[in-house]
Amino acid sequence: MKTPTSRIPIGRWFGYAALILFAIISLGPLWIAFKTALTGPNALFASGGSLLPQDTTLFNFQRVLGFIDPSDPHLAQTGLAKITFFRALLNSVIFTAMAVIPQIFFSATAAYAFARLSFPGRDVLFFFFIAATMIPTAVLFIPNFILIHDLGWLNTFQGMAAPYALMTPFAVFFLRQMFLATPRDVEEAARIDGATYFSIFFRIILPIHSSSLATLAILTTVSTWNEFFWPFLIGRDESVRVIAVAINAFRTQQQSGVPDWTGLMACTVLGAIPMVALLVFFGRKVVESFQFSGMK
Amino acid sequence: MPTTTSIQSDQSALPVRGSRSRKRLSESEAFCGLVFVAPALIGFTLFYLLPTIRAFYIGLTNWNLLRAPKFLGFDNYARLFSDEKFWSSIWITVLYVLYNIPIQTVFGLLIAVLLKRLTGSVVIRSIMLAPFLISNVIAAMIWFWMLDPVLGFVNFLLQSLGLGTHAFFSDENLALPTIAAINIWRYVGYTALLFYTGLQSIPEHLYEAARIEGASQWKMFGSITLPLLRPTVVFVLVTSVIGSFQIFDTIAVTTQGGPGTATRTIVWYIYQEAFSSMRMGYASAMSTVLFLGLVIVTLVQMRVLRSGESDLG
Repeated sequence: MKTPTSRIPIGRWFGYAALILFAIISLGPLWIAFKTALTGPNALFASGGSLLPQDTTLFNFQRVLGFIDPSDPHLAQTGLAKITFFRALLNSVIFTAMAVIPQIFFSATAAYAFARLSFPGRDVLFFFFIAATMIPTAVLFIPNFILIHDLGWLNTFQGMAAPYALMTPFAVFFLRQMFLATPRDVEEAARIDGATYFSIFFRIILPIHSSSLATLAILTTVSTWNEFFWPFLIGRDESVRVIAVAINAFRTQQQSGVPDWTGLMACTVLGAIPMVALLVFFGRKVVESFQFSGMK
Repeated sequence: MPTTTSIQSDQSALPVRGSRSRKRLSESEAFCGLVFVAPALIGFTLFYLLPTIRAFYIGLTNWNLLRAPKFLGFDNYARLFSDEKFWSSIWITVLYVLYNIPIQTVFGLLIAVLLKRLTGSVVIRSIMLAPFLISNVIAAMIWFWMLDPVLGFVNFLLQSLGLGTHAFFSDENLALPTIAAINIWRYVGYTALLFYTGLQSIPEHLYEAARIEGASQWKMFGSITLPLLRPTVVFVLVTSVIGSFQIFDTIAVTTQGGPGTATRTIVWYIYQEAFSSMRMGYASAMSTVLFLGLVIVTLVQMRVLRSGESDLG
């Protein structure tokens, strides 16, 4: 019988080869960043074309995190500028937590109201929320900057987190879809037993939708951790700047001479580690969350 | 019996009445709905609704944030239409989108088909997603290092292949495609996963029926896969085109609009006008025009891709 199977094997090998090639392209640059971060600053010039770190050391990680005393002769010898990346990592954690946790909670309360309760103006309001997903950041950043400026919140965490903390149109939309997709039986039974809407929300809605909430938490945490434009406008001061803003600052500081590549790569690796760890430890959940992010 | 009217009349008397009436109010569906939606409504009003209106208003003024805004009417818009820098930045952005989107979409689709045909392994899907989990800034920084003309890994590779070294970011002809390539690298895996999800939802029996009728692989791809994947294609194209038009992060880290004006895209130009030249009014006018432009681009895409129709049935 002449079926496609008879000619698939060659195609299959090509397919596997292509997938392996794509995987190498995907991970290769991350490996180069990692090996550079492990390369001793003095071995950098000789190591450009190498796939493995030369003069392997954790020195770069230690110095960008501030674990090496400024008077250390080893540090003085490199003649490199001081990098305060530990503070930036901490700032990213604070910013992400302040933006993501209340956003998910308040988006969930709103999504519950949109999915299950009838109140005046509900459908018009929901239409506006959906329409807001169309508004580009480029339109919002000037007025939002002026608002934060007028509130005196420049270079504060509340100023950086405020636009994300109460809702994002995507979060409300996503959770409403999830809430609508489940049957009302349990909630209606609870109503008959005299449960209030508040107790239904906390005791039924949140627990049974914990998986959807986790999906949303993953999507929002990744995008907030990686956010650059807004924190770059609001929080440039060293005391609040997040990793993306700090890395950009380190890179633009060093106009003269050769950039501190080993230090910069140590920063990029440290900044990427939390997200890579998320992928390594919760691979299936993370992958499925992102696959799901396109569903309507 | 508590009726709707009695609940409403209780509302105004709430502070002086006892806990009985408060309990009744907390049982009103409309009241609870408004309470649940209130925080999100405040966030929406402060950071989406009012700013959109205000962006349009600021666009009608001359304002450097230091002195009070001066009302100009539509002068900024008139100026914008004769501003060569504005049109050149629009052209550069369109060029960027044309470099970025077709390659990203085609390769995303190719990877998705390979994943569907060969392996659904979570490990390989994770590897494809990895660049997307890393921020634009980190991706740009890593490639800035990889493409460094003196020490970069890519230039060592090119040299060993006898292709010579290139100063990717300081060459006027290479800078924009290079930035597009970095973003293709970051987004292609994510695009592939979205397509993969779409492919999973196509019923297997359609392929079996086509196979029985002797259809070739290409024929099946053209007449089953692509039409049924259209909703996903629409979603991916609409969102990635909107995102691509607003390219900023990669440019901020690498070329900052240069060399010359080779990578001065529209959002970079708006940012420069607002925060380097402190022309909030003119920058807002441009952002409003960009908004309208994106709405038109989206509507055209949805029209061309016939997003509302279904091929099932």
